[in-house]
Amino acid sequence: MSETKQPPFTTVHDEGEPGNGVTRRDFLNEVTLGALGIAGLGSVAVTYQYFSPNVLFEPPTSFRVGNPDLYPVQSVTILQEQQVYIVRMPDGFYAVSAICTHLGCVTQWKPDSDQIACPCHGSKFKADGTKIEGPAPRPLPHFAISLTADGELLVDKLQTVKSGEVLKV
Amino acid sequence: MATTLHSALDRLRSTKVWRSIFRRGPASTNRTRSLAVFGNLFLHWLPVKVREKSLRVRASYYMGSITFLLFIVLVVTGVLLMFYYHPAAPNAYHDMKDLRFVVSNGVFLRNVHRLAAHLMVFAVFWHMFHVFYRGGYKPPHEFNWVVGVILLLLTLFLSYTGYLLPWDQLAFWAVTVGTNIISAMPLIGNKIRHVVLGGNIVGENALLRFYVLHVVVLPLIAFLFIAIHFWRVQKDGGLTVRPKDDDGKE
Repeated sequence: MSETKQPPFTTVHDEGEPGNGVTRRDFLNEVTLGALGIAGLGSVAVTYQYFSPNVLFEPPTSFRVGNPDLYPVQSVTILQEQQVYIVRMPDGFYAVSAICTHLGCVTQWKPDSDQIACPCHGSKFKADGTKIEGPAPRPLPHFAISLTADGELLVDKLQTVKSGEVLKV
Repeated sequence: MATTLHSALDRLRSTKVWRSIFRRGPASTNRTRSLAVFGNLFLHWLPVKVREKSLRVRASYYMGSITFLLFIVLVVTGVLLMFYYHPAAPNAYHDMKDLRFVVSNGVFLRNVHRLAAHLMVFAVFWHMFHVFYRGGYKPPHEFNWVVGVILLLLTLFLSYTGYLLPWDQLAFWAVTVGTNIISAMPLIGNKIRHVVLGGNIVGENALLRFYVLHVVVLPLIAFLFIAIHFWRVQKDGGLTVRPKDDDGKE
């Protein structure tokens, strides 16, 4: 076998710019590390995507809650399945979330004391969602409520509205 | 009788099969005893020599060892429980009820698993306080303290993921509340909660995710860190002994 003459790695310089101090080894190391870094970030991104489901089998966020006549004036009705209060006041309808803004427990309407109470940590709200006492940090949000063409109430939980907005029927 | 047993054992030890497994010969000298420890996968990360004073009950109350023992108990009972458990709604709840009322000895296994889990959290904390008040975190043990903190977190995550699996009201609301604490994190909180639960509510996806974390991911990571933890004790020169107990006796 013939002897091949090869200079030691550390003295091989980039031939285009002699003596700039970057060896071929440094250059390849940096390129490789950069490529591995990009690949690493990419795999974190696709793993995150993989773990975020695209289709959910959860209760619908938009639903019909029946004819307005079902709800007497000056009443608060909880819809257990949809976890929302349908409130009818003399000036109209609004839909209030039944999920406590503290840690997500389902609240209950207490007709005796005219307030919404959370069984988990004792937060209390008025019928319009205004906070009476904590630990809940925020009032209960209002969801968009509208009338369908055939005269049924429709609640959309993805859309929150200001607490002043009421649906006049 | 005793002599025949002895000669039978001697004959067994001189067989080719025995000598191919245990290569060091009888553990009659310190050298062969040490070699026996080095050459055994399950012993090699333990110290070859242990000082007598570090074996005194007061030196550690054996809380670290008890924690490890409980971990083994949890692995064994947990694997047995897995044979009857489907991580799906509503089967999970019914399987848990079946384990309690239908499966032979199921209630025993379930309760051993549950109680060992509670005791493990207790033992881990006792171990931690003991190491802390003994100054066992001081050099050269700092890194092993960090490993211990990771193991504490793993223990708590294992407890929390296991809490959802009975799929009863307590489990559901505990995880609802717990994952809502995640979403209190600014900016990324809601995204993390969505990924942890696999949705917006505690449902089937969440149950399956917690199950996989509880039976595969977290125990594997825990095994790895337990091995590092034990090995580190040896590399850092054994357990810390209080100066008061260090009376010079080996």
